[in-house]
Formats: sequence, structure tokens, C-alpha cells
Amino acid sequence: MKKSTKYVCSLAVAVIAVALLFALDANKTGAGMLISILQKSAILAVVAVSMNLLNGFTGLFSLGQAGFMSIGAYITAILTIPVKNLDGVYYMSGIAPWLRALKEGMEASPSWLQAIYPFLAMIVGALVAAGFAALIGIPVLRLKSDYLAIATLGFSEIIRAIFSSPQMDQITNGSYGLNKVPTFPSVFGLPSLFTPFIVAAVSIALLVLLINSTYGRAFKAIREDEIAAEAMGINLFRHKEWSFVISSFFTAIAGGLLAMFMRSIEAKTFSITLTYDILLIVVIGGLGSVTGSVLSAFIVTASKEWWLRFFDQPLIIGGWQVPLFRTGFRMVIFSLLLMIVVLFYRQGLMGNKEFTWDGLARFFRKLGKKPAQAKGGAEG
Amino acid sequence: MSLTTILQHCLTGISLGGAYALIAIGYTMVYGILRLINFAHGEIFMMAGYFMIFSMASIPWFISVPLVTAATIILGVAIERAAYKPLRTAPRMSIMISAIGVSYLLQNLATYLFTAIPKGYPEIPFLKKIFRIGDLSASLVTFLTPVLTIILVFLLMQLINHTKVGMAMRAVSKDFETSRLMGIKIDTIISITFVIGSALAAIGSILYFTDRMSVTPFSGTLPGLKCFVAAVFGGIGSIPGAVVGGFVIGVVETLLVAMGYSTFSDAFTFLLLIVMLLFRPTGLFGEKSTDKV
Repeated sequence: MKKSTKYVCSLAVAVIAVALLFALDANKTGAGMLISILQKSAILAVVAVSMNLLNGFTGLFSLGQAGFMSIGAYITAILTIPVKNLDGVYYMSGIAPWLRALKEGMEASPSWLQAIYPFLAMIVGALVAAGFAALIGIPVLRLKSDYLAIATLGFSEIIRAIFSSPQMDQITNGSYGLNKVPTFPSVFGLPSLFTPFIVAAVSIALLVLLINSTYGRAFKAIREDEIAAEAMGINLFRHKEWSFVISSFFTAIAGGLLAMFMRSIEAKTFSITLTYDILLIVVIGGLGSVTGSVLSAFIVTASKEWWLRFFDQPLIIGGWQVPLFRTGFRMVIFSLLLMIVVLFYRQGLMGNKEFTWDGLARFFRKLGKKPAQAKGGAEG
Repeated sequence: MSLTTILQHCLTGISLGGAYALIAIGYTMVYGILRLINFAHGEIFMMAGYFMIFSMASIPWFISVPLVTAATIILGVAIERAAYKPLRTAPRMSIMISAIGVSYLLQNLATYLFTAIPKGYPEIPFLKKIFRIGDLSASLVTFLTPVLTIILVFLLMQLINHTKVGMAMRAVSKDFETSRLMGIKIDTIISITFVIGSALAAIGSILYFTDRMSVTPFSGTLPGLKCFVAAVFGGIGSIPGAVVGGFVIGVVETLLVAMGYSTFSDAFTFLLLIVMLLFRPTGLFGEKSTDKV
């Protein structure tokens, strides 16, 4: 395929996506379901890609995603809840005075600052998460695969325990959680519907740039063989630490988006199950494929929230009720699907390859050919 | 806190620790042989709780207990055969993801079959009888758990150190390939490991849930992780280590709850893990291993 054709194709997809978003914005009430699914997918795509950076590209099996998301989500939520709603949110034990003073100061600031304030909040959350990751990375990243998994999982539980502890009541509202979080702010004058997509696209683009840089190549070298990588002069610890910190940064950004998306958060949202859900997306998409993770974030979320909903409803065919269909069946199907992928299609959707237009064309050509001819077809 | 209350809490802690120890043995044995954190072990433990609820609904306890143990063993071995065996040559990350997948599946399956509403755990009457020693009072199960744990561990140690099967297990955990060359049937040994682990998980589950009174599909996750930490604390692969780890975590957790830091009791476990891994990665009783290129 010619280079220009590929550009045209990519451009066409981008234009269609933007047009679709405008169409959705014009028809907000009718397409509420679709909008929320697409937004959630975009948010999960960011987490999936940053988890893939760690698990797929650097070969570090980390299960701390939920913890870093909760840092991002809580900080974004605390910073953006409007002052007038504070008493309603912190109805149990009140808000810490310094926090209230800070927030009142922010509301009195010039309007340009207020416009970017939600993004600042998100970035502050991400920076805190990154700093935290840097700190815990020092002891944890020395561990080997499975110990690392359990240690990061442990950290995520510790973070959750701290957020929901009574000692933090005046800041995180303890086990009551936070609500009345304002929804997405608008960027560049575009409707606020666009925000999660823009933030997700920028985050994923940055991650892709990182993966294609020398750092990215070093990460892959570490994944393939730590000892050989070290022998080639790659500083193992520094690269692992960077991978961990950057992944946590973007995970926390997604956490902030999630807080704005859900409008209310509590510590229970960020339990181990959330990490498992993201791991499911990454595994189905293919460990080591960015486009795979993005695709699978959309497919998994859409099927979970929408296409496979019917599994949870009682199904009646000709007066006979199919016995299996009731609440929870959908998740059973999902976990079975995950097991099938893990056991039989270990590559997932994309393996460790990226989506390319050439690849798509080849795929369709293969479909069109008869099996006998396909054998001889070895064109690049 | 008076001395009596402290002793009372210690007693509860030791009892909880006994149940933890039994579960931790399952982790440590599987890890010793397969080098795999069996993330599904906590869920096996949870399922054993549900099995007990259903069998006790119609069968007296002295038949239920062996029945539940048998069902749990079948579940454990079936998981090994279906989810771990096909991946024996796969990279370690795949097996771990498979283990997480099984745990996810069992949780969702339990939610689907039994709903997420806590189900009351049946009482075995004689276990709940209250005993008094001086100022201390506790139900029989509290006294029984540590004793039973120690008896079972003693038997298990005899099995591992003085029988042919035990010798094979030790050989496999040292070196997979060589023991296969020596004519040991690896798959059988691994299955036996899962049989022992699941049986102990079933007994642990009975002791644990008798004190807690209810089971939910998620009640296996945290105890499972804690027991893994117990196994790491004691040195992975070492059975006495797992027992000591289980008791330590059980006692400290109970004391933390008693002092009013209940939200931090889970966090403490993981803190213990990280501190342990930092200063003594091989655990209390673990053997030092050297990595070769």
C-alpha cells in the first residue's frame, strides 16, 4: 500500500470519529448510553495502554493499577468539588480548614486559571501518583515477577485502606466517598463531551512516542532478557523505575477522568477487581500492542455494558424461560472468555503487533483467497 | 487494656492464625513446586465455604466435613488440570494471568450462582460451645484451631520427609527436569500437591468461617492474599515457615483490630510483606537460591 493511501485512510478514520462525536453531541439525550460507553472505553484505554507499557513492553507484572487510579481520582475529585457543595459532601466530619481555604482561594482566582483548573487538578493527581510510584519503585522493582505482582497489589490495597480510614475523614471523607464531582470541563471551546477523548488521545500518543523512543527499545530489551540488556549497558533499575513512574502517571490521569466520568467515587470502586478488569482488557488486546489495548478497551467495555447485557436479563423463547440467563451470567461469560483467550489464544487480539493499514489489507486479502492459494502467497 | 483482654485477643488471633496457616501451606507448596502464586487458592477456600453451607443444609456435620473436603479437592485438582497444566511450558506471566483468570471466574461464578448477598454459615453445634479457662472464654473452635493446625502440619511434615511421595515432591521442587529424568511422574506429584493444598484449604475454611458466620463471593480474596504473605514471610516453600507466618499475621491483625485500627489491619499485612522482601527476601526459613545466567 502506498504511503499516501495510508495517510488518507488514517485521516478518513479521524474525520469520521470527530464527525461521530459532533453527531453524538447534537443528539445527547438520545445517545446517552453510547456516549457514556465511548467515554468509559476511552478512559479505560488509557489505563490499559499504560498497564501494557509495564506488563507488555517492560515485562514487569504489576497489579497496582487500581491504587494509582484511586490517587488520581481522589485528588482530582477533592480539588474540583465546588466550594458550595463542600458541606453537603463532607456532611459527616467536615472538611479540613486548610483544604477549604485552598479551594476558596482557587475559586477567587482569575478566570483563565479557573478554566484550566480541572486539568491542573488531574495533573497534580498524576504527579502525586508518579511521585508515589517513584518512592515505592525503589524497594519493589528489585523483586522478581510474581513477588512484584503481589507487592504492587499490596500497595494498591494499602492506598485504598489509607483513603478509606477514619483518620483521613476530613480529606477523603473516609468510607463515605466523594460525590458531586463536576463533570468534564470543555477544552478549546469544544463541547465537554470531547474532553475525555482528547485527554485519552494525547496520553496514548505520548505513551506511543515513549515506546518508539530509545527508552522504549530499552524497555523491550529488558522484557526479552534482563541479563542481556544489562550486559548491553542498559541501567536496569533506572529504566524499570521510569517505566513504572510513567505508567503510574497516566494511570492516575485516567483515574482523574474516571472521577469526572462517574461524578462520585468511593474507595470500594478501586478494589482488586478493577485491576483485574483492566488486566482482562490488556490480555484480550494482546500484551505488547498499544492498538490492541485500545481496540480491546472499546470492544470489552461495549460488550460488557451493552452488547452482552442480555445475558443478565431473563430470556424467554416461545414461553420457555432459558434457565441460565439472570444477573451475573454476563460476568461468568466474560471470565470464561478470558480463560479461553489465556489458554488457547495467548496472543490476544493483536499479539505484540500493532495495527497497520497493510496488516488490515493483508487480512482481507487472506479472507478473500481460497486456502490452497493462500499457502503460496508470501508477499510482504 | 487489661492483661485479660490482651490474652483474650491473642487467643482469637492464634485461632485466626491457625486457619491462615492451613491456607498458607497450600500457597507455599504450590509455589515451591510450580513457582506460581496460585491466585485461585483464596477462591477455592471461599468455594469450600459455600460447599459447606449447601451440604450442611441436609447432611449432618460429620458426613459434611469429609464430603466438603472431597469436593474442594476435586475443584482444586480440576483447576490445576484445566488452567495450569496446558501452560506448563509457557512464560511465567501467562500462568499467572491464567491463575488470576481462574480466580476471577470463580468469583463471578459464585456471584452468579449464590448472589453477592452474604450467606449464613451453618453452625456445627459442638464447635460453638463456650469454654472458660480462668477469666478467658472462647468457643471450642478457637481452642481447636491451633491444635488441629499443629497436628495436621506434623502429619504433613511426616509425609514430606519420610515417604516416597514426599521425597518425590521435594525432588520436583528442587529441579523439574532432573526429577523427570529420574522417573518421577511430574503431573501426578503436582496433582498430589493440589490435593493436599485444597484439603487443608477446606479444613481451614471450616475453621475460619465458623468464627465469621457468613460467606460472600469476595470473602476469599483478602484472606487468600494474606495467606500468601504469610507464606512469603515464613519463606516460600517451607511448611513450618508458612505456619509461623500464618500465626504471626493472625495475631497482629487481631491486635490491630482490637486497638481500633481495623482499616489498617489489611494494609499492615502488605507492609509486612514489603519489609520482609526488602530485608530478607527468602523469608524466615527460606533457603537461599542463586540465579544462574
